[in-house]
Amino acid sequence: MENKAPIVEVRQVSKSYHRGNQTVPVLQDISFDIGDGEFLALMGPSGSGKSTLLNLIAGIDKVDAGTITVGGIDITTLSETDLARWRSVNVGFIFQFYNLIPVLSAFENVELPLLLTSLPKAERRAHVETALGVVNLLDRMDHYPKQLSGGQQQRVAIARAIVTDPTILVADEPTGDLDRVSTEEIMELMDNLNTESGKTIIMVTHDPRAARKAHHIRNLDKGVLNNDAHL
Amino acid sequence: MHIFKILFKNAFRHKLRTALTVLSITIAILAFSLLRTVISAWYAGVDASSASRLVTRNAVSLIFTLPLSYKEKIRQTEGVSIVSYGNWFGGVYIDEKNFFANFAVDPKSYLDLYPEFKLGEEQKNAFLRDRKSFVAGKKLAAKYGWKIGDIVTLRGTIYPGNWEFVMRGIYEGKDETTDESQFFFHWDYLNETLKKTAPGRADQIGWYMIGVTNPDLATEVAGRIDRAFKNSIAETLTETEKAFQLGFVSMSNAIITAIRLVSLVVIVIILAVVANTMVMTSRERIGEYAVFKTLGFGGWRIAGLIVGESLVITMTGCAIGVVLTFPTAKLFGHTMGSYFPVFNVGNDTIGYAIISSVLVGILAAIIPTYRAIKIPIADGLRSIG
Ligand SMILES: Nc1ncnc2c1ncn2[C@@H]1O[C@H](COP(=O)(O)OP(=O)(O)O)[C@@H](O)[C@H]1O
Ligand SMILES: [Mg+2]
Repeated sequence: MENKAPIVEVRQVSKSYHRGNQTVPVLQDISFDIGDGEFLALMGPSGSGKSTLLNLIAGIDKVDAGTITVGGIDITTLSETDLARWRSVNVGFIFQFYNLIPVLSAFENVELPLLLTSLPKAERRAHVETALGVVNLLDRMDHYPKQLSGGQQQRVAIARAIVTDPTILVADEPTGDLDRVSTEEIMELMDNLNTESGKTIIMVTHDPRAARKAHHIRNLDKGVLNNDAHL
Repeated sequence: MHIFKILFKNAFRHKLRTALTVLSITIAILAFSLLRTVISAWYAGVDASSASRLVTRNAVSLIFTLPLSYKEKIRQTEGVSIVSYGNWFGGVYIDEKNFFANFAVDPKSYLDLYPEFKLGEEQKNAFLRDRKSFVAGKKLAAKYGWKIGDIVTLRGTIYPGNWEFVMRGIYEGKDETTDESQFFFHWDYLNETLKKTAPGRADQIGWYMIGVTNPDLATEVAGRIDRAFKNSIAETLTETEKAFQLGFVSMSNAIITAIRLVSLVVIVIILAVVANTMVMTSRERIGEYAVFKTLGFGGWRIAGLIVGESLVITMTGCAIGVVLTFPTAKLFGHTMGSYFPVFNVGNDTIGYAIISSVLVGILAAIIPTYRAIKIPIADGLRSIG
């Protein structure tokens, strides 16, 4: 599972934010690879730029300098529209606060990314049911988010992230809002996705228990990657 | 699931807020449609008037009359086919508030000249035969419950005294633009009474109504008539029926302009109401739009979600408003029948109401859409939690 050709190549990436006329540097000259099928945990203190780096890799934020190549495509050169299309095919995003659409049922939330494809209704249904089966929530597919526990909502969100069979899964503190039992469940699920389905996963976390399932841990501190711990 | 489902679910997420917004639109559309109907009712007489008919009156003012003796000369004018004439009677039925138009006319020529007043052959003959008879429009007869053979007394205002008439006919309008609330009777009855009671006022005509052989030459015929009476005791002013009607109507032009303006203001107000709702709504959903964008929904789709939701709300209000317009207009027309003989909601009014609503729906969504598209995804996501 390790030592495969890199699916993500981050090269000399820098990023800063502007507050008023002040420039806040967040990432400085970051370079690293993520292998195909790797499960990487990004750790580091709060405010160290983990989310920013993840967002750049997922194509929802723009680098100031450097390049990010995912599956052979340099996403830093893509236009807004192309990037949106690229995301819909290549990225599954899992958020800390699940971010399900409250007026849609679990089924409809998972179906959402498929509305951007040309799949006919019956096939969409098959995909959604498969994804909900993976997260073991087929019996709850007509429930609305507020009728589900935090752990269940996050599982729906994972189903939504994998339903398009994306190239990479990115997760920003997916267990940050969950209790211990739910955290175990979610991490078990992520581990299965990685080992059984071969999904490449990049996960930001500051929970060492969550990070235990990952193959690699990279530490980000003040915008600099300073080690590559190997578990 | 279809994307439309999201629009509807979003639109009715805040039930009370959406209900209030829809209610405002409903009331506004109702007001808009009624105001526009008032305007078209006002011009109904003009629209129903014929371009092939001329009206000749005293050049000084409508208050002044013309001699009956002009009739022959007008008839002989080149291009004239029929000449009829009438006087405004201005009689009151029981009470001042029972207002309706009543004229003394030359019956035969009047009915010939106004084929839009449809009268059965039998009733027509009965009317022509009986000099003390009158004919009323269907709407008017229904309002006061008059039946054929009933005797109706009008109290004269211009011509003093109590005047008794026998109803011999009820006319029907050719279509819904025809005024069905007129009351007309024999000019001879009026004139012969005047000859006895006020000889100085006899043989005087309020206005001549003239049919022309060729509508295209109507203005030439009008010029010929007026030239014929140049420098006579009573000079004439001849114009098309339409121009004549417009002369009445335009007296109140300022009021009509004000009503028009108010109907536009109503639309601007609902624009503000809907825009306010949409701005509030989309501000709360910045995080959700960021999620949609993360999933790969592009700018156009985000715009579709917001504009679509805005349209769902406005068109719901518009639909209810349009549906309510018809019974409301009916009720309104019923109570105001004497002032607006023709009070029908026109297709153009409904058309304008719908077009305005569509525009409002789109315009109200512009600012929220712009904001939702412009905000970077990372910032939008940051607003959650
Ligand atoms: N949109 C933004 N505008 C200004 N500053 C930002 C913005 N996003 C992030 N930052 C700043 O960048 C730094 C890194 O943020 P982030 O990547 O969210 O850190 P982490 O996820 O490691 O906690 C923080 O200091 C944060 O305040
Ligand atoms: Mg973070």
